[in-house]
Amino acid sequence: MTAIQITNLTKTYANGTQALKNINLQVEAGDFFALLGANGAGKTTLIGILTDLVKKTSGQVKISGCDIDHDFSKAKKFIGVVPQEINLNIFERVIDILITQAGYFGIPRQEAFGEAQMLLKRLGLWEKRMNVPRTLSGGMKRRLMIARALMHQPKVLFLDEPTAGVDVEIRHEMWQYLRELNAAGMTILLTTHYLEEVEQMCRNAAIIKGGEIIMCDSVKKLVAVMEREVYVVSVQQVKPSVVLEKYQPRVIDETTLEVELSRKDTLHDFVFHLAQAEMILTDIRPKGHRLEKLFLEVLNN
Amino acid sequence: MIRTAYQEQFIAFETIVRREIMRFLRIWTQTLLPPVITQTLYFVIFGKFIGSRIGDIQGVSYMAFIVPGLVMMAVINSAFSNVVSSFFSVKFQRSIEEVLVSPTSNVAIIAGYVMGGMIRGILVGWIVFIVSIFFTRPNVEHIGIILIFILLTALVFSLAGLTNAIFAKKFDDVSIFPTFVLTPLTYLGGVFYSIHSLPGFWQKVSLFNPVLYMVNGFRYGFYGFSDVSVISSIFFLIVLSGILIYANVYLLQKGTGIKS
Repeated sequence: MTAIQITNLTKTYANGTQALKNINLQVEAGDFFALLGANGAGKTTLIGILTDLVKKTSGQVKISGCDIDHDFSKAKKFIGVVPQEINLNIFERVIDILITQAGYFGIPRQEAFGEAQMLLKRLGLWEKRMNVPRTLSGGMKRRLMIARALMHQPKVLFLDEPTAGVDVEIRHEMWQYLRELNAAGMTILLTTHYLEEVEQMCRNAAIIKGGEIIMCDSVKKLVAVMEREVYVVSVQQVKPSVVLEKYQPRVIDETTLEVELSRKDTLHDFVFHLAQAEMILTDIRPKGHRLEKLFLEVLNN
Repeated sequence: MIRTAYQEQFIAFETIVRREIMRFLRIWTQTLLPPVITQTLYFVIFGKFIGSRIGDIQGVSYMAFIVPGLVMMAVINSAFSNVVSSFFSVKFQRSIEEVLVSPTSNVAIIAGYVMGGMIRGILVGWIVFIVSIFFTRPNVEHIGIILIFILLTALVFSLAGLTNAIFAKKFDDVSIFPTFVLTPLTYLGGVFYSIHSLPGFWQKVSLFNPVLYMVNGFRYGFYGFSDVSVISSIFFLIVLSGILIYANVYLLQKGTGIKS
């Protein structure tokens, strides 16, 4: 089953800016999908079209098989959206925001209250239910927007940079919660700048640049495209060595080296040469940010 | 529980109306109190101090003559400003996206906001009428006509407030129409005088003022006399409502001011 099917989608704004150029994208039900791109690449425009906040210029969009041109009302019931910018009504109490949102989806108050209670407790906001949003921290506002998006139990959740400006601890809590939702069968599509977020959580990803999708594959394959990988190597004591010269190691401190290995250089050979250089290996790990590197390489061609 | 699409739209409509009522009750010192104070001052200054020197108009005291107009003025301003400020504020904060991403239809959105404006308008009008009883005993000749005019007037100005809010891009735009159009129209709409007291030319000019029909029709409900035909006034208000409903549906459908 396809959760999101986008065919030849374009968007040109009134001022002539072509924000999306012939986008074709398919996200399967149950996927955890990332949309990567620099600021202004078209990510928010794309989410806007999927949620009826932006009008498309041409193309076709189906959500859970439902064409938005024919029955957007039905399609909207399948969608929950957490926008990039805080768009909470600053005068309304937390609990009212959730119950009102459910009302917009045709859910009566009594029914909505139970769902709101469950979500607020799960997201650590129950104590704040009588507060107005301006008294909440940035992280709480984000979590409130997630709760609001889930009030009608959508099948597909769009998150536009959900963890922007959220501290590390809360970010990890949010990731955990999103993983739970995904494990329960919800399709999640997120746009983000944190590539770590993508590597940790998403199965598939697309990179969007200048309104076009320039790469779309599984996160594993995207990372594997990388020709070279940087490793952080910890040893008991760094020593000068001729054997290791071909790897051009960067000495970070007296116990740490950084080496960039190409696909030809096996890790086995490197460790062997390290032993020849009489350095005792204590730890070796990829430096990470592999996706970030790929991302920058792709964006800069 | 399975609900029909109609039931869901009705729940969405109810949700908006409830939100609107909660909003104006929460800030009652800004929404309910000021018009009552202003209209009371009119009763005191125009009705009591100046009115006593004017004498009767078509058989009723000046104080009694201005009651329907002052009630109508309160209804017009309250209905208009409720919708324009509420809708513009959710647009400005972008919390309007809450309803836009939902299946709530444009008709339910319009009906919800307009109903909120009508309820506030009629509530304020009712309070002003109660206050007027302390100054005079307004006669009630045709209660049906009174109700028709108050409902239609509140409807027209709630709809107009919505149109204004849809077009408004900044806070200034919210006050331009009330200041430069609405206030002159209400003051020149026969609240304080009968147009028969004007020179012929200005009588004809006054006939282009929609507020004149509302005030006079409403006054007819109290005292049984009017400067203009009551039936034409009702017809005119129904046509005006129809045009505004169509305009608002069209604008929301097009996404004017809310969707790019």
